[in-house]
Amino acid sequence: MDDDDLLPLSALQHQLFCSRQCALIHVERQWQENTFTVEGRLLHDAVDAGGRDRRGTVRTVRSMPLRSQRLGLAGVADLVELHGPEQRPYPVEYKRGRPKAHRADEVQLCAQAICLEEMFHTDIAEGALFYGENRRRVVVRLDDELRELTERTAAAVRSMIESGRTPPPVYEAAKCRNCSMIELCRPRRLGRPPPVADWLVRHLEDGEDAMPPDDRGDTDRGDS
Amino acid sequence: MRQHLNTMFVTTEGAWLAKDGANIVVEVERREIGRVPMHMMGGIVCFGRVGMSPPLMGACAEAGVTVSFLTEHGKFLARVEGPCSGNVLLRRRQYRVADDPDAGLVIVRAIVTAKTANQRAVLRRALRDHGSSMAETGRAGLDDAQRRLGDVARRVIEAGSIDVARGHEGDAANAYFGAFDHLIRRDDDVFRFRGRSRRPPLDACNALLSFLYAMVGHDCRSALESVGLDPQVGFLHRDRPGRAGLALDLMEEFRPVLADRVVLTLINRQQIGPKDFTYMEGGAVLLRDDSRKAVLAAYQERKKDEITHPFLNEKVSLGLVPHIQAQLLARHLRGDLDGYPPFLWK
Repeated sequence: MDDDDLLPLSALQHQLFCSRQCALIHVERQWQENTFTVEGRLLHDAVDAGGRDRRGTVRTVRSMPLRSQRLGLAGVADLVELHGPEQRPYPVEYKRGRPKAHRADEVQLCAQAICLEEMFHTDIAEGALFYGENRRRVVVRLDDELRELTERTAAAVRSMIESGRTPPPVYEAAKCRNCSMIELCRPRRLGRPPPVADWLVRHLEDGEDAMPPDDRGDTDRGDS
Repeated sequence: MRQHLNTMFVTTEGAWLAKDGANIVVEVERREIGRVPMHMMGGIVCFGRVGMSPPLMGACAEAGVTVSFLTEHGKFLARVEGPCSGNVLLRRRQYRVADDPDAGLVIVRAIVTAKTANQRAVLRRALRDHGSSMAETGRAGLDDAQRRLGDVARRVIEAGSIDVARGHEGDAANAYFGAFDHLIRRDDDVFRFRGRSRRPPLDACNALLSFLYAMVGHDCRSALESVGLDPQVGFLHRDRPGRAGLALDLMEEFRPVLADRVVLTLINRQQIGPKDFTYMEGGAVLLRDDSRKAVLAAYQERKKDEITHPFLNEKVSLGLVPHIQAQLLARHLRGDLDGYPPFLWK
C-alpha cells in the first residue's frame, strides 16, 4: 500500500463512536475543539514531552511513529514500553476520561499492537489503557475477537473514505451531547430534513402577516 | 463549541499576539493586556500595525480560528491559511454546481428570496414601531416598498433562470433603498440617505453601510472557509478575479439584518454624529479611524442578539448565523439537503 493511502489510527476510535463523526473528521476534514478535546490534547502533549527513559528493565519510548501495511493505518503511539532483555513492545494509550462502555479505546490500542507486531516481527498478547480521570491502568488482552473487530473497523473506515460519502446523522442524545462535533453535525435537524423548497415557500407565507419579534437592535429604545 | 463565536478585533497599534499553551495572549509594549482560550475564539481581525507570532498563526489555522489582517482603514490585506485548508471533494462539488445553471438556480433563488424577505422585515419593523409617529409620506412610502418587496420575494421563488433572479434582486434593491431614507429619524442633513453609493460612499449613511458590509463580508468569508468551501466561486455573483463571489452570495441574506439595522441604530440613537466622518473634496464621505470602535462595538453587540434559527429551530446568536448558513450550504452541496435553506429573519 502507498504511504499516502495509510489512514490515521485515530479514525478507528472515531468510527466506533459514530461513523458520521468519523466521516466529518476524516472525509470532510472538519474539526471542532471543546473543553474535553483541549484537555485531551494537553494531556497528550504532556505525555509526548517526556522523550524516552528507563525504569528497571523497562525502557519507555514516547510518541513512537507506527504503521501497519495490513491494516493500512499509520499514527503515533503515546507510549510504548519495551520489556525485558528482548525488548518486547507493550503499547500504553493515555485517555483523558474513564473506561467506557464501547470498545473504541481497546480497538485503538489493538491497532497499535498490530502495527508494533508488524514493525518488530513479534507477537503481542496485551497492552494497557491509562485513564486520566481515575489515574487507573487497565490491562487489555488482545484476543481474537478484539483483533477481528479492529480489522473490520479499519475496513469500514477505508471504504467510507474511498466513497467520499458522509453518512446521515442519527441523533442519540446521550452520545451526541458529549460530542465536540455536534454543532458541525446538526444531528437533530439533518437526520430527517424536510424538502427545502416547500419549507421556503411555507416560511415566506408565514411571514406575510407576522411581524419580526422584538430584538435588541430595535430602534425604538432611547432615541425617540 | 461555536455557541459563542467571538471575533477579536485588535485595533491597538503596535499590539503583539502570541500563543501560550492553549491561550491567545495580547501584549502591548511587552505588557500582557489580555488572554483568551483559543477554543472560545471564532476569528481574529487585526487592524493596522498589529503583529502575531507564527506559532499562534499555525495554532489558529489548526483550530479553525480565522485570522485576517486589515489596514487601519479596514481594507483587507491578508489572511492566515493553514496546511489543511478546505476540502477538495466539497470544492469539486461546488465548482460543478457553479457550472450547472439549473443546480445553481436552486441556491440563487433561495438567497435572493431571503434577502428580499429580510429587507421587507426591516421596513415592516419600522412601520410597526414608528408608523404612527411618521409623516404620511414616510408611512406610505415604506408601506408601498414593503408590498413591492413581498411581491418580488414571491416571484423570485419561481424565477426560471439565474439572470431573472438577478433582475428581481435589482428591483428589490430599488424598492428598499428608495424607501431607506424614511427609516432615518434624525433631522440632520448629514444623515439624509440619497441612494446607495459605494465607490466612494457619498454620504455618512453609505460610509457606515460600506464599512459594516466589509465586516459582514469578512465573517461570511471566514464561515465559508471554515466549512471548506471556496469563497471565490459564487452562484449569484459571477466569477471575477480577486472577488470573493461566494462570500458576497452568502452575505446577501445578512445585509439587512446584520448591517443595515446596525446603521439605523447608530444613527437613530445618536451613537454616531457628524464629527465621526471625514468629508473629502469631490464628495466622498469616510468613517473616521477613531470612530470605528463605536461601530465595531455596535456590530459585536448586534451579533450577540439571540434568535431562533428558522430552519434548525434552535436558539442561536445572530453572529453564529453566517457559520450555520455556510454549513447548510455545504450540506446541500454534499447532498444531505435537497436545497439550500436560506436565513429568513422574522
